[in-house]
Amino acid sequence: MKTFAKFALALLASLALPAAAFAAAGQAEPWQMGLQDAASPVAEYIHWFHNFLLVLITVITLFVLALLIIVMVKFNAKANPNPSNTTHHVGLEVAWTVIPVLILVVIAIPSFRLLYLQRDIPQADMTLKVIGNPGWNWTYEYPDLGVDESGSAKVSFTASLLPEDKAKAEGKPYLLATDVPVVVPVNKTVKLIVTSDPAGIIHAWTIQSFGMKIDAIPGRLNEDWFKATKEGVYYGQCSELCGKDHAYMPIEVHVVSEADFAAWSEKVKTASIEEARDFLFAMLKAKGQLASN
Amino acid sequence: MATAHAAHDHHHADPSGWRRYVYSTNHKDIGTMYLWFSIMAGVVGGILSIFMRMELAEPGIQIFHGLAQLVYNTPAEAAVDNGKHMFNAFVTAHGLIMVFFMIMPAMIGGFGNWFVPLMIGAPDMAFPRMNNISFWLLIPAFALLLLSMFMEGPAGMYGAGTGWTVYAPLSTTGHPGPAVDFGILALHIAGASSILGAINFITTIFNMRAPGMTLHKMPLFVWSVLVTVFLLLLSLPVLAGAITMLLTDRNFGTSFYEAASGGDPILYQHLFWFFGHPEVYILILPGFGIISHIVSTFSRKPVFGYLGMAYAMVAIGVVGFIVWAHHMYTVGLDADTQAYFVAATMIIAVPTGVKIFSWIATMWGGSITFRAPMVWAIGFIFLFTVGGVTGVVLANAGVDRSLHDTYYVVAHFHYTMSLGATFAIFAGWYYWFPKIFGYMYSDFIAKLHFWVTFVGVNLVFFPQHFLGLAGMPRRYIDYPEVYAGWNYVSSIGSYISAVGVLIFIFGVIHAFSKKVKAADSPWGEGATTLEWTLTSPPPFHQFSTLPIIK
Repeated sequence: MKTFAKFALALLASLALPAAAFAAAGQAEPWQMGLQDAASPVAEYIHWFHNFLLVLITVITLFVLALLIIVMVKFNAKANPNPSNTTHHVGLEVAWTVIPVLILVVIAIPSFRLLYLQRDIPQADMTLKVIGNPGWNWTYEYPDLGVDESGSAKVSFTASLLPEDKAKAEGKPYLLATDVPVVVPVNKTVKLIVTSDPAGIIHAWTIQSFGMKIDAIPGRLNEDWFKATKEGVYYGQCSELCGKDHAYMPIEVHVVSEADFAAWSEKVKTASIEEARDFLFAMLKAKGQLASN
Repeated sequence: MATAHAAHDHHHADPSGWRRYVYSTNHKDIGTMYLWFSIMAGVVGGILSIFMRMELAEPGIQIFHGLAQLVYNTPAEAAVDNGKHMFNAFVTAHGLIMVFFMIMPAMIGGFGNWFVPLMIGAPDMAFPRMNNISFWLLIPAFALLLLSMFMEGPAGMYGAGTGWTVYAPLSTTGHPGPAVDFGILALHIAGASSILGAINFITTIFNMRAPGMTLHKMPLFVWSVLVTVFLLLLSLPVLAGAITMLLTDRNFGTSFYEAASGGDPILYQHLFWFFGHPEVYILILPGFGIISHIVSTFSRKPVFGYLGMAYAMVAIGVVGFIVWAHHMYTVGLDADTQAYFVAATMIIAVPTGVKIFSWIATMWGGSITFRAPMVWAIGFIFLFTVGGVTGVVLANAGVDRSLHDTYYVVAHFHYTMSLGATFAIFAGWYYWFPKIFGYMYSDFIAKLHFWVTFVGVNLVFFPQHFLGLAGMPRRYIDYPEVYAGWNYVSSIGSYISAVGVLIFIFGVIHAFSKKVKAADSPWGEGATTLEWTLTSPPPFHQFSTLPIIK
């Protein structure tokens, strides 16, 4: 059993490694085997918890495999021509009931902590409204930047898939990049109010690097939140089947410094969203923060 | 009737010709019809999945726009859009066919009908004629589903592109044409078929066991079918209600699921999953029964911990009814609600673990021969464990937040279903084939089938765990370039699996052409249940005089 334990540990190490080695910020990398890099405290927790679970389930699976191999070697007809008649062993039966229960309790404790971390919406620094549209794109509203007499946010824009030729030309990932991005400040708690057009379909909004995913349902306002801790570009994809263009309504979020966010906010209140985007990209490029991918 | 001879009084000749099957009241004939039906449906469902994997082998759209033009005469300018929808329709049909027309007919209709009466020493099912209508209802049900793919869904496109879950409002306002209605009616009829079958099995098992066969002496396969059909009886009516409300929302002006008129799309999800979760246990429980028989037979040892095995299945069935919302962790449920469902879902791991360890303990101390059924069964035990542990991961809402609607979920349920349930079905097929058809097949071909399939399906589905963790969503016809690597591997696996199916079919034809006669009990003394005391195949009628069980 000792050599086997060494083998198991080596296998585990090789499994844990790719999860760290391949993960990239905001999107996957080719041949990636693990979660995308965490850019929020919730995502960090998800990473930790998933690694913990992965070790556990790998050990359990290898244990079952080991038992099967041992059984096939020790008790095949040649090795053991006379079968025993044993059909009970109270100790064993108690053990394989109680030990799994204990393992589940050990899993449940961090599991519930993570769940409540996600679902207890903290005090927000800003609010972002997200609306899924029947035309397979997302409309975003920034109510904090001003509201008109009818109560609608003054800053409201729709972000659609950046078509393949434009994506290639601009060096952005096709099916992830949008024509205009969502912009949020770093290290600020963003409360999301997510819904879908009342005449529309269920969609779902997610950024894996932030560790959040929430359905956009007609007639329902869903609350969620994230706090991005690293500046950068983060992508997500619609996560509820919504028709022919389900794969074609991505999400692109730029997390920028407070100062940059303030500058962008001022621009977007007066100029068009495209002008605000160009203004933002120019700002970031000047600081060397916007690579071409 | 004090005669003691084994043959029964023939008041009429055994039926023959087409009437023997169309008007059947014989559980063995009906079981055989179910088995052939499930093979044909499985091939159709499999072909749909090969097309999907061909499309997903590389980024971009390679196949479906051309397929839309070919099948529906779509004009070139609409081909890409129609192709995208057609992919979703294939996803939907693949799921519905494999669940309702392959796994369930094979396990419950096929093996259940064949062996439950034999194992309890009964001459037939409690309601032999109702048994027949359960089978024949599947024909119009399957036909309606296939027809739905040629009916309009969204304007100018064909088929229901809703996923097997058929969520509103995509399935209501999102599909104005009749395709979804055809799908709903297909499910109604298939559901009725199963409910009638459930009534039949429950009555048979409770009332027609041979003298001396208490419930606690009943073979484990019979236990597995008993629990399964209770789940069917209690969950299918809820599905029927859910999809009837979908039908009335679509056609009769109701708004059960329409928020603007006071309804709630989430109501549909609760109702669907209240059925949907027990359904996945329905898909696997008979498989558990089959594996118990095979492991015991080929270890020449009784099943370890019989009562634990039986009541573990009961526990899985009961708890399976109170965990449905773990499919809904991202809809915006309250935190405490999610917490409850996390806890309840994790509990199911305990009885399931008891079963895995009990099978291994059955083999421990046994004298194992590795005939084809045993090879498939051992494969099942390992692969179902892999599928089961990813289920434990997904049970945790916190982590499911990142994995919901990704390929990690697809990997999980295919490991438990394509590698779990399907391996159990093939194990049962190779175990009972000599009994059913009276011929012995080539063990070599059966094992070749196993190994090619084993390699193929693991190549398809193991990399999908990586894709899901990396964030690739499910039900996507196309994906960002970064996911290309593992998708290519997965598609290669699907072609290898298709070769496995061809080997299976070849093996069947080979067995029927060689006509090597099978013994009454070809597997030796390890096969201790009543079906092995009969000839291979059994007589048209058996147990007119009931066996006495000690």
